[in-house]
Amino acid sequence: MDLVEYCQVRCDYVSLAAFPRSASAYEHKAFRDGQFGRSEPGKQNFNQVETTHMKTNRTKLALAILAAGSALAIATPAQAGKTLDAVKARGELVCGVNTGLAGFSAADSQGKWSGLDVDVCRAIAAAVLGDGNKVKFVPLTAQQRFTALQSGEIDILSRNTTWTLTRDASLGLHFAGVTYYDGQGFMVPVKNKIKSAKQLKGATVCVQSGTTTEKNLTDYSRANNLNVKPIVFEKQEAATGAYFSGRCVAFTTDASGLASIRNKDAKDPKEHTILPELISKEPLGPVVRRGDDEWFAIAKWVLNGLIESEEYGISQDNVDKLKAESKDPVVMRILGTSEDTGKLLGLDKDWMVRALKTVGNYGEMFERNVGPKTSLALPRGANALWNKGGLMYAPPIR
Amino acid sequence: MAERAPPRKRAWSWRSQAFRGLIYQIVAVALIAFGVWYLVNSTLANMAARGIQSGFGFLLQPAGFDIGESLIPYDALDPYWKAYAVGVLNTLRVAAVGIIFATLLGTVLGIGRFSGNAIVRGLCYAYVELFRNVPVLLQLLMWYLLFADMLPPITEALSLGGVLFLSKNGLSFPVPVWGPGVGLALLGALAGMVAAWLYRRWAIARFEATGQIRSLFWVPMVIVIAGALLGWIAGGAPSTWNVPRPDGFIMHGGASATPEFLAVLLGLVLYTAAFIAEVVRSGIASVVRGQVEAASSLGLSKDQAMRLVILPQALRVIIPPVTSQYLNLTKNSSLAVAVGYPDVVSIANTSLNQTGRAVECIALIMAVYLTTSLATSAFMNWYNRRAAIKER
Repeated sequence: MDLVEYCQVRCDYVSLAAFPRSASAYEHKAFRDGQFGRSEPGKQNFNQVETTHMKTNRTKLALAILAAGSALAIATPAQAGKTLDAVKARGELVCGVNTGLAGFSAADSQGKWSGLDVDVCRAIAAAVLGDGNKVKFVPLTAQQRFTALQSGEIDILSRNTTWTLTRDASLGLHFAGVTYYDGQGFMVPVKNKIKSAKQLKGATVCVQSGTTTEKNLTDYSRANNLNVKPIVFEKQEAATGAYFSGRCVAFTTDASGLASIRNKDAKDPKEHTILPELISKEPLGPVVRRGDDEWFAIAKWVLNGLIESEEYGISQDNVDKLKAESKDPVVMRILGTSEDTGKLLGLDKDWMVRALKTVGNYGEMFERNVGPKTSLALPRGANALWNKGGLMYAPPIR
Repeated sequence: MAERAPPRKRAWSWRSQAFRGLIYQIVAVALIAFGVWYLVNSTLANMAARGIQSGFGFLLQPAGFDIGESLIPYDALDPYWKAYAVGVLNTLRVAAVGIIFATLLGTVLGIGRFSGNAIVRGLCYAYVELFRNVPVLLQLLMWYLLFADMLPPITEALSLGGVLFLSKNGLSFPVPVWGPGVGLALLGALAGMVAAWLYRRWAIARFEATGQIRSLFWVPMVIVIAGALLGWIAGGAPSTWNVPRPDGFIMHGGASATPEFLAVLLGLVLYTAAFIAEVVRSGIASVVRGQVEAASSLGLSKDQAMRLVILPQALRVIIPPVTSQYLNLTKNSSLAVAVGYPDVVSIANTSLNQTGRAVECIALIMAVYLTTSLATSAFMNWYNRRAAIKER
């Protein structure tokens, strides 16, 4: 037994011994599937377990960080090219998503995940593994998400995460693009007759911790001399609960989140209104670990492919037909019938065909999950294609 | 016949127990030091390898977020360390107030378990069993939901004489406007306290010398109040109060305790009081029956017997476990984050997310609780030594 093996066995043991009482259903599943004790160098199965514990207790989080850190130091200092191999060997993409934000990532009563962020993961799984259902979704709170990605518990984080300089430059992460251009807004009860965010002088505002929202709120409050009082909750459910009970005058988060929450959690969605002001830019997108450029490129280009497919009219329904018949060079490149673009990414030539068959193009993903016909009824707005007045512009696949 | 002196024991040998003990200790310390070094070093190396920035330098950067309630002036442009200080003070505030109320309530309940009245006894028993068997997080959430749901909105605040307001914004109460008059009144009260303490010493000395009993409660009380009154009058009897005044959805003036603070305080006090009640009960039960009988044979009333004979002896048994309860209360206050109270954990969570310094922020939380707990513990140990039997 060499040192690497020894540590993995030992570290598993330590993490089990340290947290014997907080076994969750998820963990038991990990046990059943035998994902626990497998010791494959370069694949930190035990991190999944450790990070699960973080959900339950903060002190355990600290221990887990230390334990994960120490284990990783020996196992794999750098991970270049490792993620793709690990995903293929595992036969499953592990994707970090929101614990429940209708339209973006939410599980239904059968445990089936759906939403815009979820579709991104399914598209990548289809491109890499050939099956959009080979995804394990790991629900994460705002606080857990980066640690989960850094520690290797998840392969990709697709959880309405805002792209900012601090996150990009100092957390060891890469943002693979933007899936939704959002902005932070306020929701208020209609009966208070508030028409503008500028009327929130001295008001209490409920907010979930672990997001960029707190800082935006403060910036806006200072700029407009509002002196709002934030009440910060760890869990989104607690924050919205306090707002709906009337403890706060307003609730703030990204406008898409407000629409989702109003629709899902309010007793009567008509009693709440979303104020016109958007106080920040919130480009939301999927995130991968730094140090694995190959995997970064895959995430980036699957997303670009979905957006470009909309531009060139390739949809879930016509992808097979176009693959067989299209003579458009751009479409042929996207679908791999002329040049083998997939090979450059370490995939096969049908990578985009499978992704499109699984989730459709970006426009279809939008319409199906959050668009005007869904209960969220979000307008396409800034998320329309660049040639239709929006911001969605993908670099070309060629 | 002179006896031969026994051979002098050799002070040191390779095979002596002392040497082996020394070796074991060195090995143990080295192992622990290596373990700590290994964890810290590999965490740092691993973070560096992944391009995760680390270090405590962020504490000097502007925090950039507001905090709902603060004991010291705080502005979003202040650095992170000041945000932490606000969080620590909020934690200490709820812990200190909580400890005082939990002790009072717990003592009353504990003594109540010995009441001659069956109803009082039963109620105390029921209270203890109910509150110590429901998880404290649930209690916090329950109180918070109760406050947030049941209280009227601020526009329809319950008012008591137009000075006290109870609404979803919490309990708003008037505070005196600070001025030289108020300062003099406080000074007077302070002087009264010193005088009362001197009087108490004198009264005890007189009692021991002559057996004359003087009140050790009412007279000092009167002295303190008289001191405060004199100071107040000397300061020109200022009577301006900063009275809260609801306006739209905010409360102007006065001071207020937010529902978050009240929920955390109430939850912690009611929960911990149940444990303290049990500690007090066991302490009292540990005083042998003969002490009570001896006290009554000396002609002490039941009250006096409890105050002068039983409680002082029970204290020795009570203090160590009560210290643990104080520590528990302080540490349980970290659950405040669930109901939106900006304690140190809440601040650390926000900082963690703004800066991504997970290890540093968690380490700071641990350091804060460790320091607080060790300080509480040191104080209680000092008090314990004072209360312990003095062997002369």
